[in-house]
Amino acid sequence: MILAQVVGNVVSTMKLPVFQGFKILVVQPVDRERKPRGQTLLALDTVQAGIGDFVLVIDEGNSARSILGNSQAPIRTLIVGIVDNVEG
Amino acid sequence: MKIGKVIGSVVATQKVDSLEGIKLLLVQPLDENLKEVGSPVVACDTVQAGYGDVVFYEGGREAALALSNWFNPSDCTIMGIIDQVTVQGERKS
Repeated sequence: MILAQVVGNVVSTMKLPVFQGFKILVVQPVDRERKPRGQTLLALDTVQAGIGDFVLVIDEGNSARSILGNSQAPIRTLIVGIVDNVEG
Repeated sequence: MKIGKVIGSVVATQKVDSLEGIKLLLVQPLDENLKEVGSPVVACDTVQAGYGDVVFYEGGREAALALSNWFNPSDCTIMGIIDQVTVQGERKS
């Protein structure tokens, strides 16, 4: 899983049906010191994350499909948790 | 998933059967500020995207799964047309 920060969101009305009802957020991967690292990604929000939140992002198809409960979902980037604290 | 902009279309009559009937578009990847990053890719279209549309697309196995016949060689498929991107409170569309 990737540690990232939500930096924005995307509005899209014309999209595949499987995306209906989900927010699409722009996430910026961060390192241990919560500094930006690498390019941003779009991720489907499943935990009502908001802009500025630090989140856990899954970027792997099978995990995403099992979470969504849809074995045909063409989705692999999901926000699956909101991070309260990172120690160490 | 990544953001991109449709900058052209690709016509290929001689191709594998499983890509038959699928529109191929040329997509320029963009970053969250809609600035060009990296080189263009050819993507399969599933949402009737047109020239100039800002879209989001996915690669890997998910690109193939998005098409009706999921057993196909696509490794990049457009999955939605973006109306608006908001980053750090700034609206970009």
